Amino acid sequence: MLRTHTSPVQIRTMEKIKPPVRIVIPGKVHRNDPPDASHSPMFHQVEGLAVDTNITFCDLKGTLDHAMKALFGSSVKTSFRPSFFPFTEPSAEMMVSCFICGGSGKRGSEPCRPCKQTGWIEILGCGMVDPNVYGFVAYDPRKVSGFAFGMGADRIAILKYGVDDIQLFFNGDVRFLGQFG
Amino acid sequence: MKLSPAWLREFVDAKVDDRRMAHDLTSVGIAVESISGEGKDAVFEMEIGTNRPDAMNHYGVAREAAVIYNLPLRAVDSKLPATPGKSDFIVEIGDVAGCARYTARIVRDVSIKPSPGAIAKRLTLVDQRPINNAADATNYTLWETGHPTHVFDLDLLAGGKILVRRAFSGETLKTLDGVERKLTPEDLVIADAVKPVALAGVMGGFDTMITDKTHNILIEAAWFDPATIRKSSRRHGLHTDASHRFERGADFEATTRACDRVAVLILEAAGGKLAGGAIDAVARQVDLAPVALHLSEVHRILGEKLETNEIFRILQQLGFELMPERGGDPDFTVRIPSWRLDVEREIDLVEEIARLHGYDKFANTLPAYAGAVVEAPDAEKDTRLRTTLLALGYDEAVSLTFISHEDAETFSSARVIELANPQSEDASVMRSSLVPGMLNMLAYNLNRGAENVRLFEAGSVFEATGTTTAEPKCICMGAASPPLQKTQGWGTRDGGFFDLKGDVESLLHAFQHQSLKYDAQTAEYYYPGHSARVLMDGALVAQFGQVHPDIASARKLRQSVFIAELYLDRLYPQGLRVVRYQPLPRYPAVERDFSFVFADGVAFEKIQQTVIRLGLTQLRSFVPVEIFRGGKVPGGRYSLLLRARFQSAERTLREDEVAHWSAQVITALESLGGQLRA
Repeated sequence: MLRTHTSPVQIRTMEKIKPPVRIVIPGKVHRNDPPDASHSPMFHQVEGLAVDTNITFCDLKGTLDHAMKALFGSSVKTSFRPSFFPFTEPSAEMMVSCFICGGSGKRGSEPCRPCKQTGWIEILGCGMVDPNVYGFVAYDPRKVSGFAFGMGADRIAILKYGVDDIQLFFNGDVRFLGQFG
Repeated sequence: MKLSPAWLREFVDAKVDDRRMAHDLTSVGIAVESISGEGKDAVFEMEIGTNRPDAMNHYGVAREAAVIYNLPLRAVDSKLPATPGKSDFIVEIGDVAGCARYTARIVRDVSIKPSPGAIAKRLTLVDQRPINNAADATNYTLWETGHPTHVFDLDLLAGGKILVRRAFSGETLKTLDGVERKLTPEDLVIADAVKPVALAGVMGGFDTMITDKTHNILIEAAWFDPATIRKSSRRHGLHTDASHRFERGADFEATTRACDRVAVLILEAAGGKLAGGAIDAVARQVDLAPVALHLSEVHRILGEKLETNEIFRILQQLGFELMPERGGDPDFTVRIPSWRLDVEREIDLVEEIARLHGYDKFANTLPAYAGAVVEAPDAEKDTRLRTTLLALGYDEAVSLTFISHEDAETFSSARVIELANPQSEDASVMRSSLVPGMLNMLAYNLNRGAENVRLFEAGSVFEATGTTTAEPKCICMGAASPPLQKTQGWGTRDGGFFDLKGDVESLLHAFQHQSLKYDAQTAEYYYPGHSARVLMDGALVAQFGQVHPDIASARKLRQSVFIAELYLDRLYPQGLRVVRYQPLPRYPAVERDFSFVFADGVAFEKIQQTVIRLGLTQLRSFVPVEIFRGGKVPGGRYSLLLRARFQSAERTLREDEVAHWSAQVITALESLGGQLRA
């Protein structure tokens, strides 16, 4: 079975080491999607995990806000809204203010397509590590807490650079690659 | 799932417009994906998580809105006229595991006809097809309160009795969709005295449904076991609005209210009168265990100290009951409302508090950390190779991890890992080599008119080893350029093999080693005589050269194509080269050139070894300068210009010493059959 997401690395890391844990996990993942402009049987995810005696929901927000500013520029804003994922609670979806239109939903007089005119782009899923997870790795859920997040690297590149076909990442076209050199 | 904001507003007096309400609901996790229509006809397209069956209806969503806006939540109208006397109808729960509660009411003398316009319109707004005033009452109640109910034609129920039981084998039931279904003993059914009349929690029976001939109605509102309904629904391939809710957990306390609400709607729309009171059969209680809440835990997880009042308000308005504990450990015991089957642990309460307080109201902070960053063990080596490759003018590319069987056999000898469920024959095994992917990418570019392509890919290949798998890391470089490359100011030169060799050496140069040897034992897909393997301290760390013309032409590559493979699992143990300063020479070096003719079989490797074996301590380097074939050089032989460099760290070398060493070199080369040219 090829991994469909990079999350198993989190548990495997926690099985091996005691807190504090802070890791970033980039990797290839596979899905049984036939290739087209928005799907690929292989793509990339980046996950992060922080577990320590002092990690809070505010830290999750601050860390990701910091990361998004590094990625998209210091003027982007982040917004979090509740979501549901099996291994985090509370869980959240993070949005960044649209770095194409600056959050206005418009490009000149045209509607901004990347953010569907909302001014916000959904970027990643995250949350506080569900206490049940600590049970599997013999951490004490009353002493430690942590956050985790995961995002699609290809998707972010697609949004950031306005790429219209995910296949471009995997056919090695020098006319495409040269644009990022 | 669609909801009507006008319908929501019957329960909560939100002062905001629909757009704002949609935004506010979404920000507490009750996602409104889009809004269509205007005014009273506006519709919210909802995306409700499967863990929140309580919010898959108008009242449940109104409850969330009431908490957001801190407004009272108006009750659903389920007030019925007093009905003296008891009903003589019998409800019996034979299967306690499958059915915890069954509430029924009887309405007599109804006239079945289409629903009033307002009811029909609302149902249509949320994509429900109006049927008749009785069936619509159940549907309306479902979309309003979330509790599924059913109505039977009372006169078609045999024996004045409802029995909730498992089906007998061999029993059949024609469901409302007209399908005759074979029941199994695992199916929970609603039966009358004789036969099954409904597949419990999934769909009613065809033969007892409400028709325009119906005069008397039995209303059912029950609580069924989620797992039982899930299995029934799967078994019969019947996914209904009712099963969707029952299998996620319905509200045990809601049966009487839902039953009454259906009765209210029927009395309004179909007339008639209640016969007796509610029949409420409770086989067992479904209690949700109370949860201990520590305010310190809320603070520890969320990182911000919320006002106790705010925590209290949020939980109470959601329907939780907080009972203070003496001693403060925990601070509260929290009773869970019967509709929140998803709340079982303290962290679930923490989430409710954070959710309705508003995620965006929490501060953004960075965690304190006293530790150090430890990079992945290979990070420095990976970076070194990658930056060198980019500096050499190679673009980094990524190809898919699947290749064909044929390619796997051509480009590797490893046992392949088959995909159990491949998308195509071209992508049926995990790649055991990066070469086929690289050749595809080179071909892709050449077919599109690119003239000078240099790519590299860094990644794992996959090999079956015994019962497990190995994923060694590799780098594959690929280059294709026109055979004679014009370089500005330098005329033309052959850009292939030696360019690539230089690039490979630049990469390998970064690693610590004693010896770097080349031989010609390359894999079959390389062009013999135009390719080489590299052994670093005896370990095979790379091979490179021109792709065999047969392989290239099979892939319709007309140009000469060059590839290099670096085997990182064997290269990385060498470690990165540690630079140690060597004092600069203070005395001049002396160079001597030797022009020799050798037989083709004598490789430079052998020549160099022979000279090194002389053990001349002042010999600093011995390199080939020029190679020449043809002309006056007879066939089967070649001319080679060699350059020796002598230098001492202590003194200037004397002419006679250099002459002596040169003579030794000449003798050694002659011993290999070499002829010194004049």
